[in-house]
Amino acid sequence: MNQWVAHQFNSSAQQREAVTLGMWIFLATEVLFFGGLFAAYTVYRHNFPEQFHEASHHLDIVLGAVNTGVLLVSSFFMAMAVWSIQAGRRKLVVLNLVMTVLLAIAFLGIKGFEYHHKFVEHLVPGSGFHYDGDWPGRAEMFFWLYFVMTGLHAIHVIIGIVVISVMAGLVWSGRIGRENDAAVELTGLYWHFVDIVWVFLFPLLYLAGARG
Amino acid sequence: MTTYLEKHSWGSWLLTRDHKRIGILYLYVILFFFVIASVAAGLMRLELLTPAGDLVTSDTYNKLFTLHGVLMVWFFLVPSIPAVLGNFLLPLMIGARDVAFPKLNLTSWYIFVAGGLCALWALLHGGVDTGWTFYTPYSSTYANTHVIVMAAAIFVAGFSSIVTGLNFMVTIHTMRAPGMGWFRLPLFVWSLYATSLIMVLATPVLAITLALLVVERLWGVGIFDPHLGGDPVLFQHLFWFYSHPAVYIMILPGMGVISELITCFARKKIFGYNFIAFSSMAIAMLGFLVWGHHMFVSSQSIYAGMVFSLLSFLVSIPSAIKVFNWTATLYKGSIVFQTPMLYALGFIGLFTIGGMTGLILASLGVDVHVHDTYFVVAHFHYIMVGGMVLAFLGGLHYWWPKITGRMYPELMGKLAAVLGFVGFNFTFFPQFIMGYMGMPRRYHAYPPEFQVFHVLSTAGASILACGYLLPMGYFIWSLRYGRKATANPWDATGLEWQTPSPPPTDNFNAQPVVTTGPYEYDAEEAERRAKIGLLPQTPGGAS
Repeated sequence: MNQWVAHQFNSSAQQREAVTLGMWIFLATEVLFFGGLFAAYTVYRHNFPEQFHEASHHLDIVLGAVNTGVLLVSSFFMAMAVWSIQAGRRKLVVLNLVMTVLLAIAFLGIKGFEYHHKFVEHLVPGSGFHYDGDWPGRAEMFFWLYFVMTGLHAIHVIIGIVVISVMAGLVWSGRIGRENDAAVELTGLYWHFVDIVWVFLFPLLYLAGARG
Repeated sequence: MTTYLEKHSWGSWLLTRDHKRIGILYLYVILFFFVIASVAAGLMRLELLTPAGDLVTSDTYNKLFTLHGVLMVWFFLVPSIPAVLGNFLLPLMIGARDVAFPKLNLTSWYIFVAGGLCALWALLHGGVDTGWTFYTPYSSTYANTHVIVMAAAIFVAGFSSIVTGLNFMVTIHTMRAPGMGWFRLPLFVWSLYATSLIMVLATPVLAITLALLVVERLWGVGIFDPHLGGDPVLFQHLFWFYSHPAVYIMILPGMGVISELITCFARKKIFGYNFIAFSSMAIAMLGFLVWGHHMFVSSQSIYAGMVFSLLSFLVSIPSAIKVFNWTATLYKGSIVFQTPMLYALGFIGLFTIGGMTGLILASLGVDVHVHDTYFVVAHFHYIMVGGMVLAFLGGLHYWWPKITGRMYPELMGKLAAVLGFVGFNFTFFPQFIMGYMGMPRRYHAYPPEFQVFHVLSTAGASILACGYLLPMGYFIWSLRYGRKATANPWDATGLEWQTPSPPPTDNFNAQPVVTTGPYEYDAEEAERRAKIGLLPQTPGGAS
């Protein structure tokens, strides 16, 4: 038995099966965690379709679309990192992980710029909220959902940045390699999940008011 | 040979990754919270002795029932059987050295303790008065108590149950010994699997719901705020989407324990293994589809009410399958009335009453009449206490020799089981009657015509308390003075009985290989009879 197999397992195949299943179950809990918010969004979108439509115009579709692209490309680099570690190309793994992190930071930067913009336009809910439309209360609800949903997603992005950076360090120092690549692969699963959540958030929030 | 209890230092316990020790760490913490929550219940029962609110003020009373509910649900019942007996037994029962993720297992205990400390902080700084259900808009806008800290406590403790559920599911999938197929798993393991499924899929929804409640209180996020078009009833939907399945977290593991006890003390193979296994899964699945029956009077549409009512009735099918199978297992068995068996028999009766009254409550029209009365209180206490707590105590007695290597005193055990059963019925049966007559729950004062029922109930509670204190006393006594236990004191089947009591750190001295199903009591019994000189029975006869 090799040094990478923990004492409770009989083989590295068993260990790999266990950690992979564990990650998928964790992602299932994450789906349900976000699911509560998506349920709330669905209810209020159904109750106030026009108001949500109108409020959605105040989000910047271009920045949202750029951010979607940024995140999708970061997922590509993550997938490349997983491929490279299985191919045993250590430097390429680190390069791909660093690219993933840089794009994730770019995503947060654009997101922060958008948040700032909303602040300037008095669209951050609370005492400073000001909205010229007919239903300021409903619009405030829309922006609450916008900030809570994208905020929770951003927290997941930050966690991803930390984890991926740690992985990059461990691969660089040689403590993670081809023999114990599961950690990188599981990080990849997590990162793709974060990406997919955004793929749902973007149309629900930004495109809700798009003409078509 | 060293047992898992060999080392005594604090570090060896607090940094342990041994599932058996982690189970015991959980036992200490949940007992601590059980005592606090029981004292709260005791104070409520004392207050209700007289119709006037003379012992505590209505505010204090509100805090007492909130405290009782929150601590009993999240800090005792949810972790009780899964985190204590489940942690201890799961790897032993499937022939593994440990759970799949031992470090994560220890982490879950620390998360649980952190949640518990938050709850204690809220308690010591004046408590919470929203009821354990935290209904908005009272909890989000009007309550002036420590809702945020208490919600945070439950949020944190919830992650401990998610992690435990995840660990158990992976363990059952990947850690089974050679030959341990899915249909050779003990039924307790099946029930843990069903429970874990609920923990993993329902608890995150509670987490996000409580998080939304907290941000609503902190910053006025308006998801449940009618001023912004928010709907307070949405909170109820999200809350019960977790909390109804959570009811099954609080009974399925108990059913698993009972399946083990019944077959062992009837000296007979369990009747309908597959049906019991699949009924656990069916309860877990159906449990996700019935949350609306808590909201028949919360402005839910009649159509939705009818669907939820029908689905709730469906849950009774797998539940009844279990009861019939346990009863059929007893039929022509050689029943031995040891303490665990007394608890198991008590469970069957009380669970049946609790389940049947659940059908009454699931009926739309009747529920309007008895909603928020003591009838509901009695119903769920028959499941939670009459079911889960009796199963927990029964299981604790049954596996006590395995856990500690000592026997508990049998006569005292029987006395405690009977006291618990009698005390429980005295406490809660009168509540059915007064609830049906219209006594609402959560009031500290009431019209005098209900007094006789309240007095009966309080008297019963004091008997029930003896039924709890007695085992606490003799369990501690037995640690030092109890008779030493053999590896298999009950002549039980199952892998956990094939290793010494208490087990070695790695559970088994050699990797077990499984060649038979879990309940080969017929063979075991023939062997036992031959040993004491009884003639072997003819095939097909009762054994």
